[in-house]
Amino acid sequence: MSRYRITNDDLKHAAEFRADPLGIPGPGLQRVLNLLRGGPKSGKYVLVVKEPFKRWGLGRLPADRGQPVEIIDSLEFTSLFEAEWEVFKLRWKTHTGQDLEQAL
Amino acid sequence: MTRILGYADRISAAPGECIQVMVSCEGLEQFDANLIRVIQGDINPSGPGYREEAVALNLGGPFVGRYQPINSGSYAVIDDAPAFNTQSSLGLQALIWPTLPGRGSQVILSREDPELGAGFRLYLDSEGAAAFQITKKKGKSKRISTGKRLISERWYLISGSYDVENGTLTVVQKLLNPYPNVNVAFKVSRNVSTNMICTDIEAPIMIAARSANNQPAIDHFNGRIEAPKIFSRSLRTEEMESLVGTECEDLVAAWDFSVGMSTEQITDKSGNQLHGYLVNLPTRGVCGHKWDGSEHCWHKKPEHYAAIHFHDDDLYDCAWKSDFEVRLPDNISSGVYAIHLQSGSEEYYIPFAVRPPHGTKTAPVAFILPTASYMAYANNRIGIDVPETEIVTGRLIQMNPIDLFMQTHPEIGLCFYDLHNDGSGVFYSSRLRPIVNMQPKQIGHLGGAGSNLWQFNADTHILDWLEQLDQPFDVIADEDIETEGSEVLEGYRAVITGTHPEYYSARMLDSLQAYMDGGGRLMYLGGNGFYWRVSYHPTLPGVIECRKSEDGIRAFAPLPGEFYSSFTGEYTGLWRRNGRPPNELVGIGMVSQGFDYSSPYVMREASRDPRAAFVFEGVEEPVIGDYGLAGGGAAGLELDATNHALGTPPHTLVLASSERHSDLYLMTPEDMNDPAPGLGGTEAEIIRAEMVFFETPSGGAVFSTGSIAWSGSLSHANYNNDIARITTNVLKRFLDETPFASTTEH
Repeated sequence: MSRYRITNDDLKHAAEFRADPLGIPGPGLQRVLNLLRGGPKSGKYVLVVKEPFKRWGLGRLPADRGQPVEIIDSLEFTSLFEAEWEVFKLRWKTHTGQDLEQAL
Repeated sequence: MTRILGYADRISAAPGECIQVMVSCEGLEQFDANLIRVIQGDINPSGPGYREEAVALNLGGPFVGRYQPINSGSYAVIDDAPAFNTQSSLGLQALIWPTLPGRGSQVILSREDPELGAGFRLYLDSEGAAAFQITKKKGKSKRISTGKRLISERWYLISGSYDVENGTLTVVQKLLNPYPNVNVAFKVSRNVSTNMICTDIEAPIMIAARSANNQPAIDHFNGRIEAPKIFSRSLRTEEMESLVGTECEDLVAAWDFSVGMSTEQITDKSGNQLHGYLVNLPTRGVCGHKWDGSEHCWHKKPEHYAAIHFHDDDLYDCAWKSDFEVRLPDNISSGVYAIHLQSGSEEYYIPFAVRPPHGTKTAPVAFILPTASYMAYANNRIGIDVPETEIVTGRLIQMNPIDLFMQTHPEIGLCFYDLHNDGSGVFYSSRLRPIVNMQPKQIGHLGGAGSNLWQFNADTHILDWLEQLDQPFDVIADEDIETEGSEVLEGYRAVITGTHPEYYSARMLDSLQAYMDGGGRLMYLGGNGFYWRVSYHPTLPGVIECRKSEDGIRAFAPLPGEFYSSFTGEYTGLWRRNGRPPNELVGIGMVSQGFDYSSPYVMREASRDPRAAFVFEGVEEPVIGDYGLAGGGAAGLELDATNHALGTPPHTLVLASSERHSDLYLMTPEDMNDPAPGLGGTEAEIIRAEMVFFETPSGGAVFSTGSIAWSGSLSHANYNNDIARITTNVLKRFLDETPFASTTEH
């Protein structure tokens, strides 16, 4: 579990991520990603494959085995870049309260 | 939705042999079944294209679909208990080390007729307190509880007693190693009736569960039980508060779990022959209440290992009824095949090896289907249970239909990458259950950006490469080597591994070494091979044990004192810690893993050595494999490199190596004695895949790639690329009978 806390200094790393959500991150962005991609299992965002390699929905992992993955019906992606950026924004907001599209 | 599942009784069969196929359907009235040859299992549209080949064999369908349940959870059964059929008082006792007190009712020792409801049970109630219940008939139960929840993972003495003379029901729970100034012993009695014993119970005695009407057992215990006993009288106060020996009068049964450790039998030492058997392989060879660190090997001091660890999610054999039998045609070619089950849009594959007929070879080269490693990863929950998976893969976790199924159906069983519900590690993995991630078309979690394949499906990249070469090959499963030894490999000019042959038994390793000592040629087309030592069960089919002792990359560490295999008594862990590092066999050994992107290799000076000239025929560029379906490069996922201190032969040629990986690649713990900054792939020099070649005695040779990702690059540009070229060059030379030079200046 990361103890790192995001500040406005990290906006440049958010911009780096937006430019290439599936690129190899620099050390600063990696530190942000370790926080955003970390955390407990319960409620963790995951992609739910609707059509392999083509179409994905968004879901959240449940706390316990046996419980179904929560499907978030309102979102569907046809690009992994788009999905990564969307989840990055959701998590950024959770950690900072900040709307990233506006902040950048 | 996964509504059709199946498994077979064997994972390798020869032409003419029969395979039993067990199927379960949920809401499907019928299904069809066909035999197919697996050629390319990757469904990535950017890949070479999925390919299977139908085998003209009528399997007899369509078949009626039926639901067959999976009853997970381990327990012991003593079927016949004539010595215990007396109208008398009753005493029960056991030592327990609970792991989930408070998670529902959990039975320690019981005998209950589910029809009549009559019987008794000593158990932990839903509050996690010791309780004792006696039932004359349905609706007429008397129970008593201490009302004090037990502390998890501490040894307790639990006693229950019913005195038929005065109608007293008593239960005791006592912590064996108490904390200072803490009350840890509780005894509760109550007056019930003098007529609660029922004599005509026909149900078995059960340990760690109780009988039920519609399933084999319910109320499974989580934790360890040691020395359970039954007396045909009530226990005196002093007896209830101390462990009673086996010389005590009126002893009906006293099970000693230190006996028959490698079996599924339990032994009664009372003299009444109330022996029993275990169901679903609870864990043996674990420390009991006497363990004090004076001995770490169970067979040297079995009395310290007189406990069995039961889990409510243990699973050995689903024990489904067979739906049909497949008799393999006498003329079927060796290869990887699968039974394809289909009902509407639902489908399921049950893969297996068709090996050559016993005692024969039908091709000059054998592909070793790494079935031990498939079992090690069977139904792994890496993407579901391990939230760090997203960090180590550098991308969002993708939940495929099989992941969604495993999440809602945990009864399908666990593997070496999982924890039991009680947080203890999984030591046993079986193939007598559906293995949903061992199918063509399936996508994994650790296979890198691109196709993201792992184990079975990743290995189909090698099968497809052999097919497109029109290279005849035999397939030999790990289990064939375990069963038959080196004879099954003798005579092949070359042997090819899978992408990740990580789990090897001693016999498998001995056999491969014997093949090499006899002049064999080995193409190790993977990474992190020959890493963990596993044991096959001496009598039970289809199950292996792995305890990841000492260190290594692992999901959990076994507890101290539990580093010896219960199946065989072998010391477990890394082969490197067992005096046989993979470097001795294949020149290289595991150094790092990372699951985002793979890298190319760069040719090294040794690539110009005349000894290796055949490897690079037609290869012109020094950078090799900057493409591929497993992370975009040929060097990735798990990486091996040379280490002369670990036995890399001195004449090994490092032909090429990868130079730079992302910082999601980290060193292995076994190489990281004193952590310091700079252990990631952008900085640590040790993090590299090395492609090596060396000659062996008797004219043999080894070619190793040191990368799981290698095979993902084979099909690039329709197999017209340097990775495929190098692999083919090596195969051609290895199939040439001309001996390799067996001596060098070293």
